[in-house]
Amino acid sequence: MNISVAIDSVPQEVLPSASEAGPAPKRIVVAYGFWIFLLSDIVMFSALFASYAVLGHSTAGGPTGAQLFNQVTVAIETACLLVSSYTCGLMSLAINSRRYLRTYLAALITFALGAAFLTLEIREFASMIAIGATPERSAFLSAFFTLVGCHGLHVTLGLIWLVVMMVQVAVMGFDATAQRRLLCFSLFWHALDIVWVGLFTVVYLMGVSP
Amino acid sequence: MNLLGKLDWSAIPLHEPIIMGATAFMVLVVVAVLGFITMQEAWLYLWREWLTSVDHKRIGVMYCVLALVMLLRGFSDAIMMRAQQAVAAGGAQGYLPPEHFDQIFSAHGTIMIFFMAMPFVVGLMNFAVPLQLGIRDVAFPTLNSVSFWLTASGALLINVSLAVGEFSKAGWWGYPPLSELQFSPGVGVDYYLWSLQISGLGTLLAGINFVTTILKMRAPGMSYMRMPVFCWTALATNLLIVAAFPVLTAVLAMLLLDRYLGFHFFTNDAGGNQMLYANLFWVWGHPEVYILVLPAFGVFSEVIATFSGKPLFGYRSMVAATMAICILSFLVWLHHFFTMGASANVNGFFGVMSMIIALPTGAKVFNWLFTMYGGRVRFSVPVLWSIGFMITFVIGGMTGVLQAVPPADFQLHNSVFLIAHFHNVIIGGVVFGVMAGYNYWFPKAFGFQLDERWGKAAFWCWFIGFYLAFMPLYLLGLMGMTRRMQHYDDLSWQPWLLLAMVGTVVILVGIVCQVVQLVVSIRNREKLRVTGDPWNGRTLEWATASPPPAWNFAVQPRVSGRDALWSSKQRALATKDEPPVRAYEPIEMPKNSATGFVTAFFAVVIGFAMIWHIWWMAGLGVFGAFVTLLTFAFRRRSEIEVPAEQIARFDRAYQAGAAI
Amino acid sequence: MTEARYDRAPGDRPSREMQASAPSPLFVYTTGLFLALLLTATSFWAANTSLLWPGGVALGLAVLAIAQMGVHLVFFLHITTGPESTNNVLALAFGVLIVFVVVAGSMWIMADMNQNMMMPSGEPMNLHMQH
Repeated sequence: MNISVAIDSVPQEVLPSASEAGPAPKRIVVAYGFWIFLLSDIVMFSALFASYAVLGHSTAGGPTGAQLFNQVTVAIETACLLVSSYTCGLMSLAINSRRYLRTYLAALITFALGAAFLTLEIREFASMIAIGATPERSAFLSAFFTLVGCHGLHVTLGLIWLVVMMVQVAVMGFDATAQRRLLCFSLFWHALDIVWVGLFTVVYLMGVSP
Repeated sequence: MNLLGKLDWSAIPLHEPIIMGATAFMVLVVVAVLGFITMQEAWLYLWREWLTSVDHKRIGVMYCVLALVMLLRGFSDAIMMRAQQAVAAGGAQGYLPPEHFDQIFSAHGTIMIFFMAMPFVVGLMNFAVPLQLGIRDVAFPTLNSVSFWLTASGALLINVSLAVGEFSKAGWWGYPPLSELQFSPGVGVDYYLWSLQISGLGTLLAGINFVTTILKMRAPGMSYMRMPVFCWTALATNLLIVAAFPVLTAVLAMLLLDRYLGFHFFTNDAGGNQMLYANLFWVWGHPEVYILVLPAFGVFSEVIATFSGKPLFGYRSMVAATMAICILSFLVWLHHFFTMGASANVNGFFGVMSMIIALPTGAKVFNWLFTMYGGRVRFSVPVLWSIGFMITFVIGGMTGVLQAVPPADFQLHNSVFLIAHFHNVIIGGVVFGVMAGYNYWFPKAFGFQLDERWGKAAFWCWFIGFYLAFMPLYLLGLMGMTRRMQHYDDLSWQPWLLLAMVGTVVILVGIVCQVVQLVVSIRNREKLRVTGDPWNGRTLEWATASPPPAWNFAVQPRVSGRDALWSSKQRALATKDEPPVRAYEPIEMPKNSATGFVTAFFAVVIGFAMIWHIWWMAGLGVFGAFVTLLTFAFRRRSEIEVPAEQIARFDRAYQAGAAI
Repeated sequence: MTEARYDRAPGDRPSREMQASAPSPLFVYTTGLFLALLLTATSFWAANTSLLWPGGVALGLAVLAIAQMGVHLVFFLHITTGPESTNNVLALAFGVLIVFVVVAGSMWIMADMNQNMMMPSGEPMNLHMQH
């Protein structure tokens, strides 16, 4: 009895529903997998958020958020990241229409804005450390530096990724692999901005509101 | 500045004879294996066919091999603990000093959970899910290889800790303040942390891989409600992995920051909060135990349906119960620390939730029983493990629900009653499940069956041994014995601990039977050869050859109902049509890649360097990992094309063999 | 191969059939940017103004944050409620559920435990090491 043949002799009919459509195209599979990864990353951030929420008042006699945070800096950082999300969207449009110059330009602006964000954040950390508000000072500061620093680390990795992707586009052109990876990059970059929204609201704004 | 960080010759514990003996044995085994491979001139074969393979079937087998090897390591820890507790009564100190005993129970838990149970279930899912879904491989084959090798790296680091340095003495959870630098200044906790971070990353990537595969890559016609139940439990498991493992990453990272950079998340001073560690650890920890047991439930569903010759009873309620367990497992974690000081409101909420979560599992047990009822049950080795599971797991579940009542738990928390409970559910559930899956799918993976007699002997030894080893612990817990005791004063406990020792020895005999089973089966493999469908299976993996070709299915199956293979077989019997002439097309398969293996190499370098504070080496490791990633990113060809003639040749030979 | 109407990659623009009547992608991104900037500015104002009742500021900030995240999801990531986006929305919902359970659960539990750790005088426990 031929088992294997029996399987594919099922009559071909119009497949009625999405769940019966068979394996999805690679672009969807890759992007969905990356979407799931982003969700896992956001769960990791939520654990760090939870720690920050719990330890937020454990200042051990040291400086509090209200004493340390500079809202102007945070506003500029927020604007940088938000606009970079916008330019990343423009980059996606350029990639989909396979226009090299616009892609590189949008990538450059996105990179510059992201780098500006990082520079401001590093300066903020440095100035806090200089006055003794180090992560070793108190649990609150440990939680702050870890939460905000983890986001900054993600931004750094994103910038490195962006550079590698531009090299890849230059070397291999807009082939399907590069397009899939750039779709993943844009998902990543937008997700980082979403996390930043939560971050600046909870850490900086709620931390200093009267 | 010391070039080798904290590492020097004193890291090798030459003054500890037991550890040196174990190390020597381990080194001997490694040398023997390497020598055997060299003598068989199999290095090139091993590299090409296994180490760089991105085939889910090969990766699944490697996971299971890792798990079986680490079972031996974790079990030797167990037998050492039982031996110690059997003799260290009254004034006796036994043969294991406390510093060593503490490392043993910490290593036992860590190894059994992370490097035995996890790899085993992930390995079974790896092997079976794509075959059951009717597809050729998982969504991200190279990532799959990376996941395996990262897990193996974690296992390697733990084994290195035996020979170089020490292991953690803070238990398999690593609670602060004991795990903080102040009270654990050695490298033990660092080995624990880095080993788990590395393997945890591998597991998370595997979770992403399987969620995507199951949701986006089923065969045409296989809607969600036509998926085998094992795939549903795999989906729930991997959703839990994606949701829970990031929390473990975060909390272990926080402890690492405390230890390496002087942060104050969980320290005694500067505002640290140790209860936060316990809270976050168990946010991961509870879903983890469901990650372990859900695939086992899936195996039982497959095994019981197949060997009863009936479709699984209550498919819809099975699916609903599985997904309910998936969600509920996130709402019970506080029951691991009822005694930590929460108020009655909090304890009560989580107590009630913990009782509720028993309900879907109960529904599953009834479904299995109703599947067997009215069927013609063949008492093969997998079925024995399944029946053993049902009895044992139900008992364990009941003691769990008992402890879900906070006032009861206040008496029983951290007594050996708790130890008995969780071993009851883990051994009865997870271990019995993976043993059933191992016996069930072994013929598919290797083309020959495992010896039945030795398999049954192994089962009975495990079953009887388990009850002898752990039922006394329930009594001892009620008598007041705490867990993790290196010695004790109450002589009335000793007879029970001796009985537990006997049970452990019986389990040891069971493990020996399994080793013998494997050896005998390999030796007699020609006599034990099977076709693609040795069990008269119901799901698609039995439609392929044993072992399946790399491409799994010559032609993509189209599915029209549940138990896809069974309905096809019935249809073929009914119609007795001439099989149509098949048109074979070339198939694109993912190319083998050394990415996984090389990434793991650098992961071990980074882990070892960070543990011993060899900063330049860690930096080199990170750079190497980055270069590996770039090499993968810029590779020109990621697939090879299997020519149609090759597929045709294999398929015709298989069909000719199957038709006999 | 599936057809576009069954499934869409997260982050991808809506399929071609919908694009004929839909606004241009550039318009969508730009609208999103302006909305997000507006909401962000409102957040900063709400945190610093004395015109609002202080007890409600935290809630207001949370609502504004969720709105901003929504703008990102809809305008930048093209998450819709259409059938082709169902898998993506379900995954997102699952993630949001887990985040909520982890954060809210941890905060509830830890606040409860910290409360029970209070010294009789009502002061938070002084966790400095006693030498």
